[in-house]
Amino acid sequence: MNPKTMNKLALTTIKVITGLVVVILAFLLGRILLQGVPHISWRFLTTASQEFVAGGGIAYQLFNSFYLLVLTLLLSLPISLGAGIFLAEYAPKNWLTEVIRMAIEILSSLPSVVVGLFGFLLFVVQFKLGFSLIAGAIALTFFNLPLLTRNVEESLKSVSNLQREAGLALGLSKWTTVLKVIIPEAVPGIVTGVVLGAGRVFGEAAALIYTAGQSASVIDFTNWNPFDAASPLNWSRPAETLAVHIWKINSEGIMPDAAAVSAGTSAVLIIVVLLFNLSARYLGNRLHRKLTSADK
Amino acid sequence: MVNEYLTTKDVHLFYGQKEALKGINLAFPQTGIHALIGPSGCGKSTYLRCLNRMNDLIPSVKITGEIELDGVDIYQPKTDTVELRRQVGMVFQQPNPFPFSIYENVAYGLKLSGRQSKEFLDERVEQSLKQAAVWEEVKDQLGDSALSLSGGQQQRVCIARVLAVQPSVILLDEPTSALDPVSSNLIEEMLLTLREDYSCIIVTHNLQQASRISETTSFFLNGSLIESGPTKEIFVEPKKQETDDYLSGRFG
Repeated sequence: MNPKTMNKLALTTIKVITGLVVVILAFLLGRILLQGVPHISWRFLTTASQEFVAGGGIAYQLFNSFYLLVLTLLLSLPISLGAGIFLAEYAPKNWLTEVIRMAIEILSSLPSVVVGLFGFLLFVVQFKLGFSLIAGAIALTFFNLPLLTRNVEESLKSVSNLQREAGLALGLSKWTTVLKVIIPEAVPGIVTGVVLGAGRVFGEAAALIYTAGQSASVIDFTNWNPFDAASPLNWSRPAETLAVHIWKINSEGIMPDAAAVSAGTSAVLIIVVLLFNLSARYLGNRLHRKLTSADK
Repeated sequence: MVNEYLTTKDVHLFYGQKEALKGINLAFPQTGIHALIGPSGCGKSTYLRCLNRMNDLIPSVKITGEIELDGVDIYQPKTDTVELRRQVGMVFQQPNPFPFSIYENVAYGLKLSGRQSKEFLDERVEQSLKQAAVWEEVKDQLGDSALSLSGGQQQRVCIARVLAVQPSVILLDEPTSALDPVSSNLIEEMLLTLREDYSCIIVTHNLQQASRISETTSFFLNGSLIESGPTKEIFVEPKKQETDDYLSGRFG
């Protein structure tokens, strides 16, 4: 075969494979949305779920998912920023650093159900946190931490070394250089990673079944005292999320409209994750502009 | 040499086992331009980076010998490298402005060294950009990102950034090799005015450039200083055979 046909053949193969991936994705998304969107209504989003009768909504699950995401990010962002900065900027090249990197790698390939069971044994049972938002948030932090740390490290490393030299040669300390020059440069990458990670956390079920629990306790949206058990902000109450709700309906749901509720919930979940992904780029670029251009 | 402001005595530098500098003795006066020439890998950039301790960043580097700035050993343990690098500024081969506005780039070093009034900063930014011969081109767009400028303008903004913190010595590591001839020319002319007040040490591969702007020149080869003296003497009647070979293009 001459090189020209060879080239054509390779190109066509790659195009077909890429097309296939897009078609599969479009089919999945289309199906979920087509089946689910008709069930989404304001009422569906704002009423509590029902266990035995038709007409239940997903108000609590929706709120729980977002609140759990916020808690998880509050826990995992500072840790992963610290670890990522250390690994990218300060860690000496030795066996200890390699061990840390490998540990992060292994942690990121842990099945989420294992993370969930570990969280159940350690936090729910041993530390007596019970099925609670905070136990769920800690489990999700374990789940999210490796990816976020890697993302921060990679984003920082992709900043040109010339910038580090420029900072140091100008008489900035290493820390000032990292904080004022390197991190602003890396922000788009970091934000994109955080938002994509948020999408993963938002759709996670297995790690939560044994930690945040499977029951949506009744919450009173007029009570904002986080220490009151009925408050939405209370972190020691059990909290079912959207993904867990879908799993539960499909495995043991006995309400007459289970299929419809499941489809509607799936569609809401997918839409939120899509929104996350779409906003990731936009947010990153905006923050970058804000951090790097003048204040005038 | 009269008036020795920056002196290096028997400077050796090792990358692990490899000896990259083999005992360099040089002295620089408080003003003027000194050119370091030699083929790639001869150690001239490495030597330049010893003078503001940029080599400290490479973990396997070991340096012996004595480097004194205004009579003070810059390698003694209590040296504040941050302060040292403020006194000994550096311009790199690739323009490397920060991803900020032009104004912020120039004002940055000053801002970090303490609270400064807006008037003082404005004045110093203007003065530095003028010294760096780029003021006229950027004065109406100080708020724009420095990255939006051309390479030559970026390099001059980088020089203004160094000048703003008022160093006494400016190290230039092939500052024009990534630029077009017009920009190179502008920078050369600027250096000719800077040499009245600063000690400029420039590494260059452009021999014409070295002969045009420097008062003194040193020729490096394989980590050794072969010959050093007034630029005219080095170029017209070099004492060493290697220098003559290099200048006449027989190698390097």
